[in-house]
Amino acid sequence: MTQALLSVRDLVVEFPKRKTRLTALDKVSFDIHPGEILGMVGESGAGKSLTGAAIIGLLEPPGHIASGEIWLKDQRIDQLPYDQMRRLRGKRIAMIFQDPLTSLNPILTIANQLIETIQTHLPLNDKEARARAIQLLDEVGIPAASKRIDDYPHQFSGGMRQRVVIALALAGEPELIIADEPTTALDVSVQAQIIDVLKRMCHVHKTAVMLVTHDMGVIAEACDRVAVMYAGRIAEIGEVRQIVKQPQHPYTQGLMGSIPSITERVERLTQIPGSMPRLDAIPTGCAFNPRCTQKIDRCTEDRPDLIATDQGQVSCWLYEGDKP
Amino acid sequence: MIAMLIRRLIQAVLVMLVVAFISFSLFQFVGDPINNMVGQEASQQDRAELRERLGLNDPIPIQFFRFVGNAVKGEFGISYRMARPVSEVIAERLPATLELALISGVLAISLGIGLGVYTALRRDGWLSHFIMSSSLIGVSLPTFLIGILLIYLFSVELQWLPSFGRGETVQITENWSTGLLTVSGWKSLILPAITLGLFQLTLLMRLVRAEMLEVLRTDYIKFARARGIKQRSIHFHHALKNTLLPVITIAGLQLGSIIAFAIITETVFQWPGVGLLFINAIRFVDIPFMSAYLLLIALVFVVINLIVDLLYFAVDPRLRATKRSAGR
Repeated sequence: MTQALLSVRDLVVEFPKRKTRLTALDKVSFDIHPGEILGMVGESGAGKSLTGAAIIGLLEPPGHIASGEIWLKDQRIDQLPYDQMRRLRGKRIAMIFQDPLTSLNPILTIANQLIETIQTHLPLNDKEARARAIQLLDEVGIPAASKRIDDYPHQFSGGMRQRVVIALALAGEPELIIADEPTTALDVSVQAQIIDVLKRMCHVHKTAVMLVTHDMGVIAEACDRVAVMYAGRIAEIGEVRQIVKQPQHPYTQGLMGSIPSITERVERLTQIPGSMPRLDAIPTGCAFNPRCTQKIDRCTEDRPDLIATDQGQVSCWLYEGDKP
Repeated sequence: MIAMLIRRLIQAVLVMLVVAFISFSLFQFVGDPINNMVGQEASQQDRAELRERLGLNDPIPIQFFRFVGNAVKGEFGISYRMARPVSEVIAERLPATLELALISGVLAISLGIGLGVYTALRRDGWLSHFIMSSSLIGVSLPTFLIGILLIYLFSVELQWLPSFGRGETVQITENWSTGLLTVSGWKSLILPAITLGLFQLTLLMRLVRAEMLEVLRTDYIKFARARGIKQRSIHFHHALKNTLLPVITIAGLQLGSIIAFAIITETVFQWPGVGLLFINAIRFVDIPFMSAYLLLIALVFVVINLIVDLLYFAVDPRLRATKRSAGR
């Protein structure tokens, strides 16, 4: 196997509280390979977006990385000083946010924002940068890009703005894009277009993507592999097809069972009883144990690490000893 | 753009007419002008003649239009107290007030924005905490007290700066004398300018700080950071412009009130401006002067508001677009 582009090892993110501290991410480990699209699913508050923010070094204080390592190829990036990390952002790792309506500065033109980003990372003069900006807009599917480049964000529709955002994220030719729910705020019809643009652009530019979403449809459509998060931990990682067809972790099984299907007639959707624990009340052992239907004694005592199975990795004691 | 300019101008004229009506009514309702003008020995007949001569027997609307017509020409009648044309007196005193207001306005806006941005960017620095706590003084102490304290400290105790007056002035044109060209003029200006501008300064600073913190939390700033844009550019190119949008409105209004309410500062420092004149005019029920002053201040506010609207228009592209499509 080729060297991983991004390796996250035992990442712990904490928020200090008055007396205690909340562990928002607890020993998260995963790899992203060059050119790969990795999906991140989970309920709200599971730590998907936080993982993305930690990787790109934009955790909102007082949140901070308490332990663990993040490697971008051969470079450890979780302890870089601010300015070195800044140079890396946009150039090697870029990020796309959820809401295209608020992601663009309302009083600067698209040209202004694109050219500044390009010139931050590439040694181009104004004219070359502008040409590249127009080319990028053209690639993401903005019609008449050379005219529209001087427009302001409010002159674009939501879907068009998300295309501009993608162009901005790609401006420095990054190796990895962290897309934090890039389609959640858009119409369903536009969602598919944006996913399509993202997939196509990443294929053309050989960019890897970490796609954070809670939409399993988007995951199935776009991703190569998927990581399922629960209460700040990774429950399961594997090939998308495997996870959709044959989920291993009881949580993933519940998650898949709760997706409505139009091909099968089901009277009632299965649902997972209870709700995700608050960060200050995560049970000992497996975080999912109070809601788990296949719980064994060990689940309330020891916390399972990711165990390799023939389908991927799963953090569940049921698979202990299943050698691939 | 032009349509909106015309609309704003019409609004401005309407506002001025309403204010004109109010200052016109001063003549009608604040005592009998004839009583104020003639001596106690004047006979009933003299009074009636004067009343006729001044046109006070004409119907009210006609009197009002005459008043507006004269006001447009800059004629507000003769001051009761000084027995000179009001316009002449105001023209003589206005430069002093405008100079004072200009310097305190510049002081308030530049320091207000500068310190506001500084305290927003260095939120947890000790200097920011110090600035923020001392700004409470500026917000809470009344103007006259600040003036008196400054006089006590810098004029009485330290004897660095004069406590009253304008210092030496230089006559530029017939009506315009300036203190900005002499050392003693500047020295005299410092204390009143600080006194007058301190409240506006602290207000603007706190507003800028709050707005800046708000803007720094927005998605587009986060996205700019995620693209690796330099810190300096994020603060001063991406964030500051957005911060200043709402600040423009407040700063404009504050500038208006600096001119209008220089009265207290001018009284404390015996600054020979129109505010001081106004206080004296009230004491003597000098109605022509009062009504002229009222109109003048209204004009200042209307003009500043007009400029603020135009500035907004120039700074915010969203406004241009909506106006364009609305005008179609």
